[in-house]
Amino acid sequence: MSSHRARFLTICISAAVMSAVLAACSSGGSGGSSPPAHTKKPILIGTSLSLTGDFSADGQAFLKGYKLWVHDVNASGGLLGRKVKLIYLNDRSDQGQVVTNYTTLISTNHVDLTFGPFSSLLTTPASRVAAQNHFAFIEGAGGAPSVFTAPPNMQAHNVFDVSLPIADEMVPFAKWVASLPASQRPKTAAYPMADDPFADPPVQLTQSMLQKAGVTTVYSKIFPAEVPDYAPAATNVAATHADIVVLGSTDVPTVNAFVKAFQQQHYTPKIFIAAAGPDQGTAFTSAVGVGNAGGIMVPNAWYGGSQNPESQRMVAEYIKIYGGTPSGINADVAEAYSVGQVAQQAVEHLKSLDNAKIISYLHSGVTLQSVQGPVTFDSLGRNSAATTFVFQWQNGKFVQVLPAGAPGSVTVLNPKPAWK
Amino acid sequence: MGSELARAVINGILGGGIYALMAVGLTLIFGVLDIINIAQGVMVVLGAYLSYALSVHLHLDLFLGLLITVPAMFAIGVIIQVAFIRPLHGSERTSMSLLASYAVAIIIEGVLYLIFGPNYVTLNASYVTNSVTLLGFHLPYIELYGFGLAVILVAALYLLLYRTRFGRSVRATMQDRTAAMLVGVDVNRVAALTYGIGVAVTAAGGMIFGATGGGFNPNSGYDLISRLLALVILAGLGSIGGALVASVFMLTIEAIVDIWQPSWSIVVFYAALVIVLLVRPAGLFGRQAARAQ
Repeated sequence: MSSHRARFLTICISAAVMSAVLAACSSGGSGGSSPPAHTKKPILIGTSLSLTGDFSADGQAFLKGYKLWVHDVNASGGLLGRKVKLIYLNDRSDQGQVVTNYTTLISTNHVDLTFGPFSSLLTTPASRVAAQNHFAFIEGAGGAPSVFTAPPNMQAHNVFDVSLPIADEMVPFAKWVASLPASQRPKTAAYPMADDPFADPPVQLTQSMLQKAGVTTVYSKIFPAEVPDYAPAATNVAATHADIVVLGSTDVPTVNAFVKAFQQQHYTPKIFIAAAGPDQGTAFTSAVGVGNAGGIMVPNAWYGGSQNPESQRMVAEYIKIYGGTPSGINADVAEAYSVGQVAQQAVEHLKSLDNAKIISYLHSGVTLQSVQGPVTFDSLGRNSAATTFVFQWQNGKFVQVLPAGAPGSVTVLNPKPAWK
Repeated sequence: MGSELARAVINGILGGGIYALMAVGLTLIFGVLDIINIAQGVMVVLGAYLSYALSVHLHLDLFLGLLITVPAMFAIGVIIQVAFIRPLHGSERTSMSLLASYAVAIIIEGVLYLIFGPNYVTLNASYVTNSVTLLGFHLPYIELYGFGLAVILVAALYLLLYRTRFGRSVRATMQDRTAAMLVGVDVNRVAALTYGIGVAVTAAGGMIFGATGGGFNPNSGYDLISRLLALVILAGLGSIGGALVASVFMLTIEAIVDIWQPSWSIVVFYAALVIVLLVRPAGLFGRQAARAQ
């Protein structure tokens, strides 16, 4: 071997070792936070999370939710008298890697149960692996219609989404706009959407409902989700001077790019709602600024101020461990925690880890409880008991505003305050 | 329609300046060293994070912070060249540089994750969200400043390469490394300094990128690298001025497509690249032309 090749090999090996060390630091498998208290073999729960890559902010929040549930279940004696151990692998937000990870978890790690990853984009291919191996696939962030209608789930019926089916999540918002007196009702609306199965369905349904309510569509276009700069699309939206902006966003940067461009274009929509991003607590307010967050709405099933006792207990524990405020907690934490709760109730009821029995039980029409509220699965695994709420940032706090008159709802801040 | 088109052209020109800032280091490094620096996207993000750290912890203005981040990135570039690139020799040097720079990217990304975590951050200043109104168009200050910075840096690099003794050494190395050594050019020194300059320029691109986008995290560089490579290939690998022209050209086309159908903008971006390369395989300004400028 020539000397330069030897040197290059040395460099590559060094780099590989260093990156492996870094990867191990940030994404290696991990057990629950408590060591086994007894000698029984722990129950292994496997999941793949986006600890790096495009979904890493959500993936890390999901990990906190899973870990919090593992902590709680182990603190209360474990599951079926056995400690729970979480094994998580980093999928780097990659659809190929998530398939590899679940194959590894099932075939190599021999996990007893699988929990879902973050995002509909990753849940669809991951659930295929689970279906092939006859695993129930309980997940909290795969609510796009395409997840449920994917052929493997249509055959195996193994996907169970504990969160809100996203297609209808903006319905309370559309109903509220339509209910406004004609003199107050906005006249025009813009619907920019990221090209993502999660982002588009609720926005398109909202567009349809608002058009029927007499709100004219002045912009309705899908932009590539992977473009690093959304300024041209946002500038075009600003030029329409639409009264309402319904943004089909997938994350905080998308919303922030639009907020920034709207500020630059001296344009403040009277009403601004985004499919995702504003529900990510301090990750959102630190990006757009607390002042600019005011008036921005987002649909979801959960928020840190929820009066659900289970939620209040989880929020208190979260703050005890991670600090912060209820408004600052990412909704992903609750979605992940709910996955654990639903799995726990199924296993405890069945007194078994048999995935076939779990699938059958979850399809029995039983109503289970989670920090996000009641959970009942329909034939495709959608949570038909989920209640849709719309939340809004008001004076630095994340509050429930819709449905109007529902317990916990406060008055909508309308129109949205000017940018700070 | 006229105003939409004008707005798209403005967006393209200003956006092109930002991309030129990010791409010019890539083309400089390739032109001199025949190194395809896959780490360029991560370098942009590193530059953005350095600006972020100075802004948040020292409350330093973003542009003032460049006085620190540019030299810091220069030093980082020199270290990377000496440690990872210099040992590569032989006919497979260029292809091996892909692996080496990818390893560098992974290491930097990992370190950024450890320090800053996965949450998206953004660079803030009054001029980031403010704009000046000209002929009815709101032109963001940060993009105007970014475009101005791109023109200044491209001009400075041009002067450095074509009006200085060091530039002559660089161009001699670009044209024939062995011949340059024979006439007394310290090619290792030239290579290290050039790599350092390429990375240093990226500090400015990183700052503007961090201030203009919706936010960045350690992974954001991967969304950039394919577009940056496309731009420098279109420009003609090694062409400094071409990087600015190609960036403006491509971003303008993209912004115009955005008016009608944003989802087609990426397709048209790369389709335009293919069409131009079919007509001019060496890019708009061609590698040889670039080296002989």
